[in-house]
Amino acid sequence: MVDTIIVPLLKIAVLINALLVSVTFLVLMERKVIAWAQSRLGPMRAGPYGILQALADPIKLILKEDITPAKADKYVFTLAPIMSLVPALVAFAVIPFGPDPFYYISDINVGLLFILSVTSIGVYGIILGGWASNSKYPLLASLRASAQLISYEIAVSMTLVSVILTAGTLSLVGIVEAQLESGIWFGFVQPVAFALVFIGGLAETNRVPFDLPEAETELTGGFHTEYSGMRFSLFFLAEYANIIVISAVVAILFLGGWLRPFPNVAALSFLDVVPAWIWFIGKIFVFLYVFIWLRATLPRYRYDQLMSLGWKLFIPIAIGNLVLTAIAKVAF
Amino acid sequence: MTLGAPRVSTDNFAPGELVLNMGPQHPSTHGVLRIVLKLDGERVVDADCVIGYIHRGVEKLCENRDWTQIILLTDRIDYVAAATNNLGYVEAVEKLMQVEVPRRARYLRTVLAELQRIASHCLWLGTHAMDIGAMTVLLYAFREREFVLDLFEEFCGARLTYNSMRVGGLPLDIPPGWDDKVLSFCDLMEGKLNEYETLLTNNRIWLQRTRNVGVISGEEATSLGLCGPPLRGSGVSRDLRKDEPNAAYSEFDFDVPLGTHGDTYDRYLIRMDEFRESIRIIRQAVEGLPEGPVMGKVPRLLKPPAGETYHAIESPKGELGYFLVSDGKSTNPYRFRVRPPSFCNLQGLKRLVTGHLVADVVALIGTIDIVLGEVDR
Repeated sequence: MVDTIIVPLLKIAVLINALLVSVTFLVLMERKVIAWAQSRLGPMRAGPYGILQALADPIKLILKEDITPAKADKYVFTLAPIMSLVPALVAFAVIPFGPDPFYYISDINVGLLFILSVTSIGVYGIILGGWASNSKYPLLASLRASAQLISYEIAVSMTLVSVILTAGTLSLVGIVEAQLESGIWFGFVQPVAFALVFIGGLAETNRVPFDLPEAETELTGGFHTEYSGMRFSLFFLAEYANIIVISAVVAILFLGGWLRPFPNVAALSFLDVVPAWIWFIGKIFVFLYVFIWLRATLPRYRYDQLMSLGWKLFIPIAIGNLVLTAIAKVAF
Repeated sequence: MTLGAPRVSTDNFAPGELVLNMGPQHPSTHGVLRIVLKLDGERVVDADCVIGYIHRGVEKLCENRDWTQIILLTDRIDYVAAATNNLGYVEAVEKLMQVEVPRRARYLRTVLAELQRIASHCLWLGTHAMDIGAMTVLLYAFREREFVLDLFEEFCGARLTYNSMRVGGLPLDIPPGWDDKVLSFCDLMEGKLNEYETLLTNNRIWLQRTRNVGVISGEEATSLGLCGPPLRGSGVSRDLRKDEPNAAYSEFDFDVPLGTHGDTYDRYLIRMDEFRESIRIIRQAVEGLPEGPVMGKVPRLLKPPAGETYHAIESPKGELGYFLVSDGKSTNPYRFRVRPPSFCNLQGLKRLVTGHLVADVVALIGTIDIVLGEVDR
């Protein structure tokens, strides 16, 4: 009873709260890092160095009036942000923060497949939100989101197959253990897959340079043009929660999850002083930083360019990588 | 270009077509431009610009002010290049009155006009890059624009609407040390230009977003009446600083950058080169600044002889012309008319956007560099 229900429930409660709090601080981090990149200071008023901005933003969003456009499809309009956020949180159920079962909620043998399918559902939130708004800019944005989904999802899934081949398992814990056994992070074994999955992750989370469904300067905010108040902040939370999910998945697949650098070199065992979960979170932060860094640097792709990138470049590379991996697996 | 109902045909819709109203409160229409787009999916089939949302009647207002008071109204026409507007107007009046302007004043006017060109191009670069999604460039470009505004503030006390010139010369001589500050700004700006170019010029995404977007041939650009960088981007060598030199431009050595393809990328490159040419002109002007008065001999109350004149100069956005009619009796113009480059360039927008995607529309609004204050006046 305690082991099967209460402990998992507690873990879920802790994880979801930690996640939502870290999302607010991620927003602060984004504002600060971009500000530094642009030779500004960023938020400085709320608390020392603007730290309390992370609390002020959510409070402001919750207190805003929540408007439903008169001609919107009311139920779908409310459902869409929820559909966007929930999958992002659910994906964390299988993400291991450390080696023993205390550090994850569950380790299912199709963990990677679970994450892929759950995060794909999140895109429906964007598509439905754009459709239910009954407005033209969100409609164009949801069309873009669907086109984008098809363009990158195939390439990413295909790339993940080559990682699965290398690891020999779909379980995320199993993948990290496989990296421990082979003594090398898969990022070095599968550099092409590493790049493809990370770029696909950018597209999946609608981040620069693939932020087409949002595209503030073209579509005035895209799918969330008509959203305000709490429902808007759910979309907002979902976007950042998704970024954390993608960073975590990439860290697990390619940077060895909770493993310290060179996990099999005994001479570096002093690195074990740092707990495993801190290594993992540190790796997530590296990716979060890159996400933000890219946003400060790159222009935006046009959506036909994203499609041709997905279909003409990523998918052939992904297939080639898969074939090479399979050959290597059979040969050695 | 209509003031009434938009001229996008709303009947005969093919399947998949819709009409999208872009602006006047759209973040990328650079003010209050409204474009009614007819889309097939995301491809633009037809477009119509609706203007007039910031019409203030500046021309009519000017006909009821005396010749000196008008200078401060010209600030408000193209408010991101106020000094250039001052220059065009005072030179037109000087032409009408046949006033001799001291050489030092002409040199300083050139410096001011070129500083203004840098400031205006900074704003263009920042917003253009922002529209395409590169938001850091905006902050960088505005950082350097601040230095220009500081220089203007030191010269005439204002940062945006300068009222910086007078018929016959300049209201004041430059403050001591100002010329050295201008020179050190030139050195700084040269380094910063490389910084902008690192972010954009060879960036693959930037290239993909701007190459072959809004291609227009030289003949077509001429027949549409485009001017300034959009015209030179198509390879037409037309720069009034060279062709009909005003101020002191004939005494300086500079090149007119020309494009070859006539696409958005060429227009971007041209403006980046114009930054450098402006710096070159400013250096020559400040280093060779002659001594002497900054104000010529003009009567206290201006009353030009009866007649009319048209005087055009090269503003950062293109050919800025002033058409003035004086009846010779009153102290205000009988007719005051501006030929605004933004307005003329905006005529080409429909031609440029047709056949492109929605994402290109904002890139093309950026590339023609319009200021709605100047379009509507």
